[in-house]
Amino acid sequence: MSSSGDVSWWGLAGSLIMIAGVALVSWRQRLRLERDLAVAVLRSLSQLLLVGAALGIIVDPDTWIGWSFVWLTGMVLFAAATVSQRAPQLPGVFGVALAALVASSVIGLGLLFALGIFPVEGRTVVPLAGMVVGNSLAAGVVTVRRLVDAVAERRADLEARLALGLPWQQAVRPTVRNVLRTGIAPDVERIKALGIVVLPGAMTGLILAGVDPLDAVRVQLALMYVILGAVTTTATVVALLGTRRLFTADHRLRPLARDTRDEG
Amino acid sequence: MSLFDLESVTVAGVLRPRLHDVSVSVPTDGITVLQGPSGSGKSTLLRLLNRLEAPDAGSVRYRGEDLAARDVLAHRREVGMVFQAPVLFPGTVADNLAVARPQDPPAALLERAGLPAEFLARDAGTLSGGEAQRACLARALGTRPRVLLMDEPTSALDPAASRLIEQLARSLAADGVPIVLVSHDREQARRLGDRIIDLDEGRVLAA
Repeated sequence: MSSSGDVSWWGLAGSLIMIAGVALVSWRQRLRLERDLAVAVLRSLSQLLLVGAALGIIVDPDTWIGWSFVWLTGMVLFAAATVSQRAPQLPGVFGVALAALVASSVIGLGLLFALGIFPVEGRTVVPLAGMVVGNSLAAGVVTVRRLVDAVAERRADLEARLALGLPWQQAVRPTVRNVLRTGIAPDVERIKALGIVVLPGAMTGLILAGVDPLDAVRVQLALMYVILGAVTTTATVVALLGTRRLFTADHRLRPLARDTRDEG
Repeated sequence: MSLFDLESVTVAGVLRPRLHDVSVSVPTDGITVLQGPSGSGKSTLLRLLNRLEAPDAGSVRYRGEDLAARDVLAHRREVGMVFQAPVLFPGTVADNLAVARPQDPPAALLERAGLPAEFLARDAGTLSGGEAQRACLARALGTRPRVLLMDEPTSALDPAASRLIEQLARSLAADGVPIVLVSHDREQARRLGDRIIDLDEGRVLAA
């Protein structure tokens, strides 16, 4: 790695100057952002330093590759728990989230490794899994929230369709379409803006580390496509399995906990 | 035989049962009004009749047959429903009627609901409250229901639009489509009801 990629501890502290400035303004103006900023800095600092130390062990060629997959499993479980916390009123939400994340990470990482884009090594598995699972996590959270909100908002629409004798799968289709379209839209828009507005992280990192920009672009594109695939897979599985939990076998819409339905 | 028979029906609620040990029958013709204050359980009772709700205890029978044993989708096409606030789907009125996979020509359905055929091309979002409720009625009639459930169908409408819906309800009942109608308006109940079932706090008071 070239010297330009090295950040000394002093350099790291210096990178906080901008945040410190904002915190100072926030404190003077009583915007109350300083607490959140401090928590975000301290959490990211401690978490990433821990991860960095652990990654040091994982990427060591002498370390058993199985540990990478243990780590991957931990990530997927943590991500599923995070998704399910965002929509506790959805029955069986953890299972839904887990199925979606397992599907997207198995297919996503499977592609990256099976196509030989990256070798299966300690150096590759956890960082790539981080990207695939991390992005899938975000998509899962957005989709599950949108789904629960949409069903609560559109309860009358859904029940009107059920009352016409439509099976729940048909009754919910316009709602699911809407949820997925708005859930995936930010990722699609990001990909469209690639290179113009967004210089994506992996590519930026590679270029900073001295890799030829065109090589960096190929790596980035392959990653982005796989990530987009993983994101859409997660969103779709969450939406399809999630809606299933919202209806009974006899085509009734289950009441959700936070519903404030008129009980007249 | 009655149209609907409820036997010891209880529907659980969050704080207290929404219906508590209700046994009541709905006759096979005319207009039956379920009447009671807000929270009395009248809407819940209505929703049991096309199985948008299921009882936690007890049974609901339709023409002598246990609802739990009936094909719920076929049952809902046979027992149509009009909701309190008119619910129209995005698109034109014709699009709305099509969702019900109607068995009659759309123009004929609109006519039965008191709307001219020109309304077929109208965007559903541009209809007034009364027009929207009649479009909902037309859509419900598309499945050729043998029974019609109406959940406070006039509470969101002005008096003139309410009268029209009441007239439509009466003429449907006269044509042999029995109606079960929820109302919190005692005047309306007296005007329309061939039979009135009074509910309060999840129990039947008088039938």
